[in-house]
Amino acid sequence: MDPKEIKERMKIPRQPMSEQDPAERVKNFYEVPYGYTPEQAMEEAKRCIQCKKPICVGGCPVNIDIPWFIRLISEGKFVEAARKLKETNALPAVCGRVCPQEDQCEKVCVIGKKAEPVSIGRLERFAADFEREHGEVAIPDIPNWTGKKVAVIGGGPAGLTVAGDLVKKGHKVTVFEALHMPGGVLVYGIPEFRLPKKIVAAEVDYLKRMGVEIECNAVIGKLETIDELLSNGYDAVFIGTGAGLPYFMNIPGENLVGVYSANEYLTRVNLMKAYQFPQYDTPVIRGRRVVVVGGGNTAMDAARTALRLCPEEVTIVYRRSREEMPARIEEIHHGEEEGLKFQLLTNPVRFIGDDEGRLKAVECIRMELGEPDESGRRRPVPVKGSEFTIDCDVAIISIGNGANPLIPQTTPELRLNKWGNIIVDPDTGRTSKKGVFSGGDIVRGGATVILAMGDGRRAANSIHEYLTTGEW
Amino acid sequence: MFEITEKRELAHLVKLLKIRAPRIAKKRKAGQFVVLRLNEHGERIPLTIADSDAEEGTITIIVQEVGKTTAMLSSKRKGDTILDVVGPLGKPTHIENYGTAVCVGGGIGTAVTYPIGRALKEAGCRVVSIIGSRTKDLLILEDEMRSVSDEFFVTTDDGSYGHHGFVTNVLDALIKEGMKIDIVLAVGPVPMMRAVSEVTRPHGIHTMVSLNPIMVDGTGMCGACRVTIGGQTRFVCVDGPEFDGHEVDFDELIRRNRSYLKEERMAMEEFAYHEGPRCYEKRGGA
Repeated sequence: MDPKEIKERMKIPRQPMSEQDPAERVKNFYEVPYGYTPEQAMEEAKRCIQCKKPICVGGCPVNIDIPWFIRLISEGKFVEAARKLKETNALPAVCGRVCPQEDQCEKVCVIGKKAEPVSIGRLERFAADFEREHGEVAIPDIPNWTGKKVAVIGGGPAGLTVAGDLVKKGHKVTVFEALHMPGGVLVYGIPEFRLPKKIVAAEVDYLKRMGVEIECNAVIGKLETIDELLSNGYDAVFIGTGAGLPYFMNIPGENLVGVYSANEYLTRVNLMKAYQFPQYDTPVIRGRRVVVVGGGNTAMDAARTALRLCPEEVTIVYRRSREEMPARIEEIHHGEEEGLKFQLLTNPVRFIGDDEGRLKAVECIRMELGEPDESGRRRPVPVKGSEFTIDCDVAIISIGNGANPLIPQTTPELRLNKWGNIIVDPDTGRTSKKGVFSGGDIVRGGATVILAMGDGRRAANSIHEYLTTGEW
Repeated sequence: MFEITEKRELAHLVKLLKIRAPRIAKKRKAGQFVVLRLNEHGERIPLTIADSDAEEGTITIIVQEVGKTTAMLSSKRKGDTILDVVGPLGKPTHIENYGTAVCVGGGIGTAVTYPIGRALKEAGCRVVSIIGSRTKDLLILEDEMRSVSDEFFVTTDDGSYGHHGFVTNVLDALIKEGMKIDIVLAVGPVPMMRAVSEVTRPHGIHTMVSLNPIMVDGTGMCGACRVTIGGQTRFVCVDGPEFDGHEVDFDELIRRNRSYLKEERMAMEEFAYHEGPRCYEKRGGA
């Protein structure tokens, strides 16, 4: 690209994406951003200067050919752009919405050095949505069956990626999902207003049309063990069971009625649709005043979900300061727009109940930041005598998850770390057991959708290699 | 979809259902449970597997109408289907030859006591069973329970059948008579399990109870089913459902099981209204 053209392109401002008005959206579960129009998308795509050595690709955990798909958008070839995306990413409409692009591809975009980076995520979302909404989803050619079968345990982002990649290489793949619906965290965790469930369903449907078999209500470790899968015709197994048991704080009153884990609260509302109770049978305590403990993306999801159930007040309680919050800035910003309150440098010490064992308040203590801890963040230290209480009838604990024991209990050869997470070779996803691979949150503890998908991508390549060569 | 292959009424508002679920039937052991969801709008509820037939490929559940979901399940007929059944979940009962095992079943809890009693009998235990209910019409699985027992007692709260009184009265009497009891396994309403645990506590008799809290996923992911056992929070779905009765915080369990009383009542009223006379008629007898 000649320097003059680059200069012209640099002049185009980053295209904003319009959103539902905060006052309005806080009363519904519809998606917050509306997405780009074709004109906006083409204009934004022109901001990409088509670097010869695009560093953005390296910033993407699944190495999407970013300049290529953006060039197709700039030329108005939206369907072609979507297909380009799908060569490396089975779930582009999901990733365009939930990836933390500001920490990945967009963080390293060269335009970002002088101006705001190209909106790679919004463009990804646009292309995938366009293809789907125009009924142009095409199924790639699937090679003849290699004769190999792979069992994928867990139908979340890691497992679905493995399934999509391997089926495209000609292997037969069955996904075993414990819940009644595939998608994992995409359906039980991430709320409708951030990721509409029909989009997840469409991306799962795409995988099914490619030949992936999905078996729901199948809890591996209980219904069948990994050894049984391996002796019943599966040549390799991928474990992508995701986040496990939610952590609680081990403080008094934590089992009072009204205290939820974020997993439970979000599962009730998202997967079981408790926000439509009694049309749907699953209830949730809506609460008058809600406290959410934690500062990550899950805490933001829980808090913004709570806001939509019409309480008087929803407050985030987080023990460090805003700078240390692991949640995406965009999510914190959205929460603030919707009226979310923050009690930073604050930590709960006990939950207080009424005579019937229902939550009525939480006692907190102020914190200050001391020396950095092993994570590099400054360690929060309680300030003596600073206790105070916040009235609340719902509290949602969102401080992370431990590993689920169901598969390790029945698969003794799997090596685990001290937290119970499965140990794998990071380049191949190979576990300590022959033919068994793993990735995503069961390996990493809590991480992101796209990192799980990156693990899935690497594991799929290495499963393919194992199935082809037989070498372990 | 899971087909109902057989349905019988065991007592007033208590039904036995056989469900075709061959893979669960093959794997299931005494003490384990399933989580089921009736339809697209349904909630997920846990129910203990009372029996299974691997050859026939069926599992048996016993359900008592207490709310909308159980009422809908009870109204299903042979040939109808259930959308989702997942299992077998939870740890199986630890079965060994303990010596003398007393199996206590209260109300519909006998549905869980029965497979445990049978497994203990097969393991060589001397099985003493005490089953009870509020009144004679509510008693279930009497013949089945008797068939696996070396000694067998029935109680009714109102004296309409068997011993007049509670299962704990019989248990207490057996202990006082000097019966050497190696283990007690009690399943039933939470107050009954608490009462049994209190009877055995002073004598140091090992007592296991099977807990049935509110659950959502049933695989450890949500923590809805958490209970306090010996001061520690445990998840019934993956750590249980059976725990040492002397360590269970029963008061907390009772309170947590009442979390959604208001919503449950609302759902039931709405259901009864839409279902019309059939449901009113059925509940009229309650």
